[in-house]
Amino acid sequence: MSAVETLAQSLAIGAPEVILAAGSLVLLMIGAFRGDSSLRGLSYGAALLFAAAGFSVLNDGPDRLLAWNSLYVADGFSAYLKIIILAAATVSVLMAAPYLERAKSARFEYPVLIVIATLGMCIMVSANNLLALYIGLELMSLASYVLAAFHRDDRKSSEAGLKYFVLGALSSGVLLYGVSLVYGFVGSTDFTAIAAGLSAGQERNLGALFGLVFVIAGLAFKVSAVPFHMWTPDVYEGAPTPVAAFLASASKVAAMGLFLRVALDAFAGMAGDWRQIVIFMAIASMLLGAVGAIGQNNIKRLLAYSSINNVGFMLIGLAAGTPAGASAVLFYLAVYVVMTLGAFLCVLALTDADGRTLESLTDLSGLVRTRPWLASALAIFMLSLAGLPPLFGFMAKLAVFNAAVDANLWPLAVIGVLASVIAAFYYLRMVKIMVFDPPADTPVTGGTRLNGALMAVAAIFCSPLGYLLLGPLAAASRLASRSLF
Amino acid sequence: MILSAMILVPLAAAAALLWLPGDEAARAARAKAIALVTTLILFALGLVLWFGFDSNTAAFQFTERAELFGGLFSWHLGIDGISLVLIMLSVFLMPLCVLASFDSVKARVPEYMAAFLIMESLMIGVFASLDLFLFYIFFEAGLIPMYLIIGIWGGKRRIYASYKFFLYTLLGSVLMLLAMLWMVAEAGTTDIPALMAYDFPARAQPWLWAAFFASFAVKMPMWPVHTWLPDAHVEAPTAGSMILAGVLLKMGGYGFIRFSLPMFPEASVDHMWIIFALSMIAVVYTSLIALVQEDMKKLIAYSSVAHMAFVTAGLFAFNTQGIEGAMVVMLSHGVVSAALFYCVGVIYERLHTRDIARYGGLAENMPRYAVFFLLFTMASVALPGTSGFVGEFLALTGIFKAETWVAFVMATGVILGAAYMLWLYARVAYGKLVHQDVAEMPDLKAREAMVMIPLAVVAIWMGVYPKPFMEPLRMPVASLMARLERAGPPQTPFTPLNASLTGKATAAPVTKVAAGHGDAS
Repeated sequence: MSAVETLAQSLAIGAPEVILAAGSLVLLMIGAFRGDSSLRGLSYGAALLFAAAGFSVLNDGPDRLLAWNSLYVADGFSAYLKIIILAAATVSVLMAAPYLERAKSARFEYPVLIVIATLGMCIMVSANNLLALYIGLELMSLASYVLAAFHRDDRKSSEAGLKYFVLGALSSGVLLYGVSLVYGFVGSTDFTAIAAGLSAGQERNLGALFGLVFVIAGLAFKVSAVPFHMWTPDVYEGAPTPVAAFLASASKVAAMGLFLRVALDAFAGMAGDWRQIVIFMAIASMLLGAVGAIGQNNIKRLLAYSSINNVGFMLIGLAAGTPAGASAVLFYLAVYVVMTLGAFLCVLALTDADGRTLESLTDLSGLVRTRPWLASALAIFMLSLAGLPPLFGFMAKLAVFNAAVDANLWPLAVIGVLASVIAAFYYLRMVKIMVFDPPADTPVTGGTRLNGALMAVAAIFCSPLGYLLLGPLAAASRLASRSLF
Repeated sequence: MILSAMILVPLAAAAALLWLPGDEAARAARAKAIALVTTLILFALGLVLWFGFDSNTAAFQFTERAELFGGLFSWHLGIDGISLVLIMLSVFLMPLCVLASFDSVKARVPEYMAAFLIMESLMIGVFASLDLFLFYIFFEAGLIPMYLIIGIWGGKRRIYASYKFFLYTLLGSVLMLLAMLWMVAEAGTTDIPALMAYDFPARAQPWLWAAFFASFAVKMPMWPVHTWLPDAHVEAPTAGSMILAGVLLKMGGYGFIRFSLPMFPEASVDHMWIIFALSMIAVVYTSLIALVQEDMKKLIAYSSVAHMAFVTAGLFAFNTQGIEGAMVVMLSHGVVSAALFYCVGVIYERLHTRDIARYGGLAENMPRYAVFFLLFTMASVALPGTSGFVGEFLALTGIFKAETWVAFVMATGVILGAAYMLWLYARVAYGKLVHQDVAEMPDLKAREAMVMIPLAVVAIWMGVYPKPFMEPLRMPVASLMARLERAGPPQTPFTPLNASLTGKATAAPVTKVAAGHGDAS
């Protein structure tokens, strides 16, 4: 095959990334010439790009297609995750424009940066090589650092951006160090070659083990698993709300997907080694996420702890290491993204009469009297994040516990359900504040029609009506997880 | 289809309540009307079930099945006699709860009625589910509306009580979920009838049994995990207490009879003595606590714990009388405790205190109220001719057959029960009218009488002619007994007293001597 033919084939396989890469440049050009007034237009443009990329993903899988000299793989797994990522990115970009205008940060870079970060995420979940992994991760991270500091005149936002950057750069360094160790001791950066090099029958590869630990540390930072979670509450609190929503949803999906592929595909031969680390991180994240949230009075910090807690539950599925476990994680991710985005949409709708955002829990007091639908939606998201039946979040938790029980990880499952009871306390506290307490002094206004519609869709998905989607969603996640085994 | 309708109709009505137009007062009036009509429709549907039910089979009836959930579990409903009587109890109590709330609830009426309708739907769902996960979802989902009912419309310490209620019961249930996951993986089905016939390995049974026990014991509630109940009852609004005591506590007993006994018969027999011990402690201890209560609702709440101990002991006596007796105690307690909570609610609304010492002499100025209160007090102390007697007598007979001295201890509960209930009645209704504000309290209003009368009729009906209530239980209990046979529950050696009590004059030679732990083979 000629070089041109190979390139054409690679471009066809990597169509979503090509669309996003070219599109981001076009958006950047338009923005540069039209100025900040083009924010809304660019946001819709970005949404269109995501839709186009989403359509190009649809016919991926279940076959495994390699491109760019097998740096890149398109399979059912990557297709499933890309659709979630693109959907989350679409919501993050659509919800932002009115908010940024109100906050006097309406600059055209926002949609462009979101598109670039999303491009990085798509590369991450399609990475078939440690180098592609690193490129995707850095592309996403660099764009995210800027996004976190998007309110550049706001101290907290700048602090969030800086903190995220310093810690993120450190974790990238750790990851890269791990990559170099793996390359040195296994002799390849290709996932398939690593898997072959580490497969059973070989003697224990201590150097690769060290490399694996470093790689896991770098990935754990991105999914904000304990003990690499410290940045999460600060960054979520300081970053603009739509950015926090984006970091909590899309970037979690990409990092968790990457984690799954690295652990279950490349390092499948060392499952016994990484499982211990993952189990530890799962337990620590569940407990710290549950306990840490109790004292919080800022709703975005609370959501940060909630995301740490939920990542702990996802790691249970990874610890199981079985096809059922992988599909449980994928299923969990889909449900988690909707719940989290819904919760952030609600936070976005909390503003006082002057358009300032309200973020403290006391501002939510008695919300059900003044804004009954907003309060109901937020309550649904909270109880769903807590995993209480009959809300849809329960099925996600059920799936990971099921995987743990099947894999005989009893202690992990027992600690998991107990942690979910502890976590239920602070989710209930949100409901208590909104429903039982007398109304707050500052009336809550705000929220656009589009946000309201998105919120309603998310709330219906998380409500018991979501169970009707259980069949297709579970089938899709099962199909996607099959690519890894 | 009728069971699905019974689950969906109240949900639809609850949704409609939240969309009501009009101002505050108009919405409240409409909400009350809609809620009452809906609960009456449900009661009518319940009667359709009741008359269409065939008592001559232990099989599940009115079954329906839809694969709505992608094969993970299914919308599988059906009832046997045990479910039937508990569903009847639910649909019978609900209109009364709605009526009871007409005057007492002033704030956020549509939401209140919606919460009750959702509760009703979930209760019917619990008793009608034939799928393990569907059951769990209904079982747990009930926590949220009850949390809201206690937290929004409750008393002073409502926040504390609502948290305690929620987290306590949730903690009890999550381990059951893990056990369910294991069972489904082992048996390969989520179908409850199939699981009831599946023989789980004896090695796993104690663990599974313990996980289910944790959930049902909290729900029941059994000593020592009963402490959420007095708090929840004291803070809940009257109708909330009625439904909590009347139906929600029955979910624990239903769980034992539907899951623990038929699915883990060996483990159930092995743990018989734990249940007996906890039940004996509960009867004596909570009765003594009830004796010294100053708060009427708390007193009745503790008496509920004592009555539920009869249920658990009766169930684990492993004989027909014990199990049927336990079921009848549940039904009777459902009616009587709801009625007693309503009696407290009626005078609480007039004086806004539940302090027993603030009352006295009500028989003089509220004679009609005093008559109803006396009737329900008597039913609660199991006076012959009332519903309480039938259940407690049967349950005690069953316990006596299993272990004589356990029955002895349990019977002291009947005496103590008479002591605290009669003393309560004496302090509230008899004596002199010393308090001026008490003397001014008017007698029952027509609407209050409308709630009292059906409760009174059923309490007496069940006491005088319990056959209609026991008939549906016969076949399911018989098939449960056949299932338990395998585990070889211990039976007491033949004694003349036993024979005269149970009517088996020439009982077959007894193969097993009563013994405790590990006697199962």
